[in-house]
Amino acid sequence: MSLLEIRNLHASVDGHEILKGLSLTVNRGEVHSIMGPNGSGKSTLSQVLARNEAYEVTDGEVVFNGKDLLAMKPEEAACEGLFMAFQYPVEIPGIGNAYFLRSAINAQHKHRGEEELDAMDFLPLFRERLKLLDMDEGLMNRSLNEGFSGGEKKRNEILQMAMLEPRLAILDETDSGLDIDALKIVAKGVNSLRGPERSMLVITHYQRLLDYIVPDFVHVLVDGQIARSGGPELAHELEEKGYGWAEEETVETA
Amino acid sequence: MGSSVDTIRGLAEQDYKWGFITEIEEDRVPKGLNEETIRLISARKGEPEFMLEWRLKAYRYWVSLEREKGEPTWANVTYGPIDYQDITYYSAPKQMPVIESLDKLDPEILRTYEKLGIPLDEQKRLAGVAVDAVFDSVSVATTFKARLGEMGVIFCSFSEAVQKYPDLVRKYLGTVVPQTDNFFAALNAAVFTDGSFVYVPKGVRCPMELSTYFRINAAETGQFERTLIVADEGAYVSYLEGCTAPIRDTNQLHAAVVELVALDNAEIKYSTVQNWYPGDKEGRGGIYNFVTKRGKCAGVNSKISWTQVETGSAITWKYPGCILQGDNSVGEFYSVALTNNRQQADTGTKMIHIGKNTRSTIVSKGISAGFGQNTYRGLVKVMKGATGARNYTQCDSLLIGDRCGAHTFPYIDVRNSTTRMEHEASTSRIGENQLFYLRQRGLSSEDAVSMIVNGFCKTVFRELPMEFAVEAQKLLGISLEGSVG
Repeated sequence: MSLLEIRNLHASVDGHEILKGLSLTVNRGEVHSIMGPNGSGKSTLSQVLARNEAYEVTDGEVVFNGKDLLAMKPEEAACEGLFMAFQYPVEIPGIGNAYFLRSAINAQHKHRGEEELDAMDFLPLFRERLKLLDMDEGLMNRSLNEGFSGGEKKRNEILQMAMLEPRLAILDETDSGLDIDALKIVAKGVNSLRGPERSMLVITHYQRLLDYIVPDFVHVLVDGQIARSGGPELAHELEEKGYGWAEEETVETA
Repeated sequence: MGSSVDTIRGLAEQDYKWGFITEIEEDRVPKGLNEETIRLISARKGEPEFMLEWRLKAYRYWVSLEREKGEPTWANVTYGPIDYQDITYYSAPKQMPVIESLDKLDPEILRTYEKLGIPLDEQKRLAGVAVDAVFDSVSVATTFKARLGEMGVIFCSFSEAVQKYPDLVRKYLGTVVPQTDNFFAALNAAVFTDGSFVYVPKGVRCPMELSTYFRINAAETGQFERTLIVADEGAYVSYLEGCTAPIRDTNQLHAAVVELVALDNAEIKYSTVQNWYPGDKEGRGGIYNFVTKRGKCAGVNSKISWTQVETGSAITWKYPGCILQGDNSVGEFYSVALTNNRQQADTGTKMIHIGKNTRSTIVSKGISAGFGQNTYRGLVKVMKGATGARNYTQCDSLLIGDRCGAHTFPYIDVRNSTTRMEHEASTSRIGENQLFYLRQRGLSSEDAVSMIVNGFCKTVFRELPMEFAVEAQKLLGISLEGSVG
């Protein structure tokens, strides 16, 4: 059974249509990569799925875990198990990282009717996941993303994902701004979270990330639609031939 | 001059007698303000003569101000005219109408109590419900009083202090905020009916936080409250003012005065959480809170610290300050002021550096939401003799939505070239991207706003006593409800 079913999705931002009839199916446990040139709609797709209200859906439907995703608020989607690792994580001064994470976990637990985590349950788990991502314990009490380096922010996103244990994780250009060492750490973290009950949507501009997070499927997004789909080899093909190649193909088949 | 004093004395004695026989008469004086009202108040309270004279001096000054200029107009707030003749200045001892049960209370207030997790008996006490179950808090209060008494700490109502400790009152009353300080302070000095008095003797560290809650006779001190706290040499006291729950109150104008005196090596920590009725969403009703609060670091190495969280009142006009007279004395001001809907606040502090090596810290966090207008007004003044004075000021504003306003008026007056001043200021808006980020992690938009605001206020909250800080956080969340989305 599919976890995410996107059918003929149209979406606009500030009156400009960006997604023009996108369809995609993601089954449980699968890792899909969405690649595409700048402006093709990659980030719009992730923002729409995460229910950012600045993006207007004009047509189509999205079923997530058997429910109508487009009817959900951002927090409802999150509580249903949809997580997005932000391309640009925001800074929130004065709110400790650990405090924030525990609040988020407990908001989700509450929504699902599960028991809330107290500090004693939370801390060992937090320490373990910090280690996995090679992050310093000092981060626990620092303000959320405040003064974090670009690499630390991205690792912090994956840390949150590891703690929140989502059904679907969307990684929105998580590789941007990372040097190769940081990229490897992030990829290691992501790979350790792969499993039969967790699907991922890895959005990236470059093939490089996919050397470390090998997807089951690769899709090329061009002008708001999926232009091509294939296995991991498609990423390499793109790397060689460039996005121009995929765009031309679209024009021919159109 | 001499004859007028005699007249006063004569009248005072006459009133005094009158005061004694009025037990069976009505327990409120007629509306309106004149010398007769002042005499009546003083007489009803059985005050010694120096108090009446003190009040009358204040009244006459207030009259002259009223005639010449009226209320101060420099504050960045607007409100309709106040009719000072339409106020009842004395009605004792109960001011709050008693209601039969909590069901009769405004459901909004009830909901707030529940959110704050206030026990039922306490809810009833706050709401003014007639209860027979309050003996709990009274017995607690009695225990506290006994313990304080052993250490020589005086903590009582102002009226009681005037009767029992007239010398202490006389020595310190008006030494920090004189009757002639300003319009509202003069009014308060003339007509104040009660308040709190604290004296901590030499070398005593007050073993508990003092709160009006534990003061017997704390029942409604009314709209003109006066507090005087004296920490003698080497003493320490932490005082909590107010209550985090909204108290039902029908008085619109509140003009309180607070005076703090710290002698050599003494320290006073004064924390306030103010959550009076702010008026409805359209700005109807609500309390005018025009308060004069000031502390004097009279002795060397003394310290006075003000921490305030202001979320209530329709209009707030308040500048808790410190006169740093003793060498090496320290003044601190930590403030969170929130204005939502149609609330207006003009608040800040005054730090007057007189002694050598005096230091002051100002951290002000203003939050505006809805149509709220929030103004920080601060004065840092360094006198000629204040060699080595230092000040650090941080003044941040947070805007929620695009119809509110934040304003900052820092005044700096330095007359000594060895002074070190630092001033930081920022204005920011809660961003849609911050809210979206938190919501994407599962937090509701209300919780997200609350979290951002609490983060913004963190440096102030950590100055509050623990339980107070927790309640202050909840309170901010409640006060901001409906401000987003």
